[in-house]
Amino acid sequence: MINKTEITQEALSILPPIMTANNVDVFYGKKQAISNVSLDIPENQITALIGPSGCGKSTFLRCFNRMNDTINICRVNGEIKFSGQDIYDPKVDVVALRSRIGMVFQKANPFPKSIFENVAYGPRIHGLAETKDDLESIVIQSLKRAGLYDEVSDRLSEPGTSLSGGQQQRLCIARAIAVDPQVILMDEPCSALDPIATAIIEDLMETMKEKYTIVIVTHSMQQAARVSQQTAFFHLGELVESGDTQAIFTNPIQERTQNYISGRIG
Amino acid sequence: MSEDHIVTSFDNDMRELESLFEEMGSIVLLQLKDATRALRKEDRKLAKKVVKGDKQLNELERELNDLAIKILALRQPFALDLRYVLTTLKSAGYLERMGDLTRNMAQRTSTIAKAEAETGPIETLIRMSELVQAMTEDILKAYKSRDSELAKIVRDQDEKVDMAHNSLFRELLTYMMEDTSNISACMHVLFIAKNIERMGDNIADIGQEIVYMATGEWPDSKRIKGDKTSSIILS
Repeated sequence: MINKTEITQEALSILPPIMTANNVDVFYGKKQAISNVSLDIPENQITALIGPSGCGKSTFLRCFNRMNDTINICRVNGEIKFSGQDIYDPKVDVVALRSRIGMVFQKANPFPKSIFENVAYGPRIHGLAETKDDLESIVIQSLKRAGLYDEVSDRLSEPGTSLSGGQQQRLCIARAIAVDPQVILMDEPCSALDPIATAIIEDLMETMKEKYTIVIVTHSMQQAARVSQQTAFFHLGELVESGDTQAIFTNPIQERTQNYISGRIG
Repeated sequence: MSEDHIVTSFDNDMRELESLFEEMGSIVLLQLKDATRALRKEDRKLAKKVVKGDKQLNELERELNDLAIKILALRQPFALDLRYVLTTLKSAGYLERMGDLTRNMAQRTSTIAKAEAETGPIETLIRMSELVQAMTEDILKAYKSRDSELAKIVRDQDEKVDMAHNSLFRELLTYMMEDTSNISACMHVLFIAKNIERMGDNIADIGQEIVYMATGEWPDSKRIKGDKTSSIILS
């Protein structure tokens, strides 16, 4: 086990981060939700953001693909880079950015369309497929990568909403994958799912990280411990501590982290 | 940990685990004291009491194991709590082994006393036992106060027990060479000495667990081991 930690820690430090946040502040009107957060997101790893409700972890996650832009009173200071480029640069095309950095939400939100159309929508609007065959192969490939294809292959024309909750969430993952992103942001992706559906998604994340970088916000510390390589603990809008997941859950440095993960502050 | 857990019953479970461990520790200490007194006074009755008393220790260990497994399964502790449960579980195993060694010591005392055999000087043996008793007291203090510094000190004291064991080993060899009719009793004394030496090792192992519990790091330097009896030959 000790060797494994060393390898993971080494891996975390050697791989160049695909995203970096430097001194990020977020305000909703006058209220400051995030103060001076700096965090590197290592490539092809899973980073978990944990912390009590209202600690700012979801707000911070939404900075990574500028989802906060949709909230008028929200203001982001500091710097967030994706592959070395400042994503808050005015020249950045936000729609293109969000195709590189996809998002999966707490509640599965399939479009009121067929399973096929749910996945085909992104590649179509981004012009990723030249022919009908291209589009079909992207859809099938994405459903396969989301671990859903075998369950739906004979009913691709049925509505996405006819699937079970866990399947709908995997459909949303397939939809995010279809536009070939590099990073996938997940905001509480399993909180509405039963343990089996959760386990299927966690297993899927493990295979997905070979191709994608994942940042996940989760209320479940057990989930963070199970799936992530890096864990960042937020409290009252600050990043209290981040590091190798095994170290955070066995021997955290900060007392606040210790108290939170062992159930002494909520 | 200063603050209380949000779930009160979690704190209750943890406190119960702690008190089970402390109870085991105080019984081990009492058993060892009685076994040593029985040896000094060749008191067969007291020795028998020690042999019987080990049962209680085994039962407590089983109870502690069950509780630790329950906490791990149902409460899924993290960080210091996790280290606390795991190191207590392991340390209780060491205490239980100390209990077995003490019981064996008492059984041999009974045998020696019954045979009225010549054992040679047992002062060194008593001194070893007293050293181990002091170490046991200190290691229980270190556990209670999660004091990694005290745990390290106790861990290093095991060397003294090893040294005493070395000299007793030589002493007994000489004694057996002088008169072969001493051999049977001396062998029992030698095994008692080995038992006490092993108890010192067990305490040192608990010391290591306490350091990990308190700091999250295993003590880095290798413990000084003074037991040289595996390479002693008298000719």
